Amino acid sequence: MSGRTLFDKIWDDHVVHSPLQDTARVAALAEGGLADHNQLLGERQEMLYIDLHLIHEVTSPQAFEGLRQANRSVRRPDLTLATVDHNVPTIDRDLPNPDPLSATQIEVLRQNANEFGVTLFDIFDARQGIVHIIGPEQGFTQPGMTIVCGDSHTSTHGAFGSLAFGIGTSEVEHVMATQTLRQSKPKTMSVEVTGELGLGVTAKDVILAIIHEIGVHGGIGHVIEYRGQVIEDLSMEGRMTICNMSIEAGARAGLVAPDEKTFAYMKGRPHVPKGNDWDSALEHWRELPTDHDAVFDRRVVIGGSTIVPYVTWGTNPAQSVSVDGRVPDPADAPEEQREAIERALIYMNLEPGTPMRSISIDRVFIGSCTNGRIEDLRAAASVAEGKKVARGVTAMVVPGSGLVKMQAEEEGLAEVFTAAGFEWRDAGCSMCLGMNPDILAPGERSASTSNRNFEGRQGPGGRTHLVSPEMAAAAAIAGHFTDLREVMA
Amino acid sequence: MKAVSVVRGKAVPMDRSNVDTDQIIPAKHLKRIERTGYGEFAFEAWRQDPTFILNQSQHADATIMLTRENFGSGSSREHAVWALDGLGIEALIGAGFADIFKNNCFQGGMLTIDLPSEDVDYLIALVTEKPDTIIEAHLGDQTVSVVGGTWHRTFQIDPFRKYRLMRGLDDISMTLEYQPDITSHESGRPDWMPATG
Repeated sequence: MSGRTLFDKIWDDHVVHSPLQDTARVAALAEGGLADHNQLLGERQEMLYIDLHLIHEVTSPQAFEGLRQANRSVRRPDLTLATVDHNVPTIDRDLPNPDPLSATQIEVLRQNANEFGVTLFDIFDARQGIVHIIGPEQGFTQPGMTIVCGDSHTSTHGAFGSLAFGIGTSEVEHVMATQTLRQSKPKTMSVEVTGELGLGVTAKDVILAIIHEIGVHGGIGHVIEYRGQVIEDLSMEGRMTICNMSIEAGARAGLVAPDEKTFAYMKGRPHVPKGNDWDSALEHWRELPTDHDAVFDRRVVIGGSTIVPYVTWGTNPAQSVSVDGRVPDPADAPEEQREAIERALIYMNLEPGTPMRSISIDRVFIGSCTNGRIEDLRAAASVAEGKKVARGVTAMVVPGSGLVKMQAEEEGLAEVFTAAGFEWRDAGCSMCLGMNPDILAPGERSASTSNRNFEGRQGPGGRTHLVSPEMAAAAAIAGHFTDLREVMA
Repeated sequence: MKAVSVVRGKAVPMDRSNVDTDQIIPAKHLKRIERTGYGEFAFEAWRQDPTFILNQSQHADATIMLTRENFGSGSSREHAVWALDGLGIEALIGAGFADIFKNNCFQGGMLTIDLPSEDVDYLIALVTEKPDTIIEAHLGDQTVSVVGGTWHRTFQIDPFRKYRLMRGLDDISMTLEYQPDITSHESGRPDWMPATG
């Protein structure tokens, strides 16, 4: 029998119930008038225990309402953590929220957390922030765990070797009531990034390269394990950036094997084990990495040296090109892709053949669960230091959490940004998804460190180009996309 | 959840790949705390275009949507399913759905049927030419057919999901029958695992 992958080990550790392995029998039952559901449970769907449930204001109200209507409670409030992030203002928080619907949604989470006994990092708590930033920051995110949240970027936590994925509101309710989920077991995919990255190439560029390679639906039905020298060499922040965007390749989750870097990052954080418990945990975590003889359902290999700083030109995250490249010509594309490219170029108001570096921008957004951690802000500040945001460009920096904000202020990064003319905001999802007032006006073009360049994602009619924090800062200074490698040389 | 057994009706062709949930329901409409009332905002941006398929009167009363690969990609928002439901859509027949969206559809009683691309090509061409075509999806038999025609296909579905959909069963109450298994698993969890409160 061959060894197991990291994913297999976590999955196996969390199966609560999987009654029927006999596929022929399940098929017979299904065909013959559907026998008792106890007989049918299992086969493809297994019941998984959930170690940590993260919730936020947008995808939880209907779930809590469902519990109330059925007179149910939250089974494990002590394994549930709530915060407000998607919908919160990033300025003037001491003033009344100008949007009554947003204010209600935030207040409803407050009431629900109180009624059901769930810990809430509320808006004036320093620990408030984007749900995928605060889990790792507080040490709630640990190797080998199952973590879910009503948010597709839950895959971020996979950087620690935890199986983490997004769910819908009905599933949120299911986890609240039962601390389990029924899931079909995904397939495994190894994405190996070999060698080293060149100067000016970041974790963001690595994941954009991977999505470009396998496509926005290449990962459907799979959990990706990122492997190889490039991944091992990345910081924990970089690994989080990569796992975060697994969903943009359609994958169910992304994983990186825990290693000494993971443990060093975790040690001393508020909710990681202490003393002898740390040693016991470490022993368990060290057994998690994929066995040498394990077999993946699919393997992809990408040479690290081939990866360049990318800018997206289209309306999905696979539509990207090197910053020194040009907007593609639909005529050069395979016929089945032509129409989609043409539509994307019309939406983005771009002509084929335009050099990416000649594209001017109106707005810059640095933040989000993809690139809103302290290392991202350091990287952007290193480019912005001593420079000025170009005339006509509005640039904002939105730290991923209250604690990231405090740390950036202590390190002098906030000062670097404000001196350069960037707006310095409070923590939240902000312009990544265009739910609060931080949105693009119709026709405005942004350089954004976020994760989705979908039509209207950052505001109706807005045009988003995804880039790394360094590239976003460089674009803010130049007023157009700039090759970071030249800035750094 | 409502029970689903047969969906029979006209179909509207959504002839685009990778339709993401931001298109199906934009984020600015996710501020409500109810499960209903999203239909009027479904595909809001695309509906500004008079030529958009959902603005065509011949498809106005469709209950089936024909979709291309990777439909429902992106955000996990279940509001996307609620918005389609609000449009009167009861089933999606397409060439592949995003994972989270598909899970959400089952939770909401929205039937999703995966067919090979060439079958979707055929159906899209058919309803484009003859918008009054009636398509019938029969969950019990796992078949899709054109009413009054000869075209007929079978589809795959997880047996447990089929069972639930046909009876409109509440997933949670079924899972709660396994409380002893859940408690047993909990007793085996290491003490050092993190707690939030």
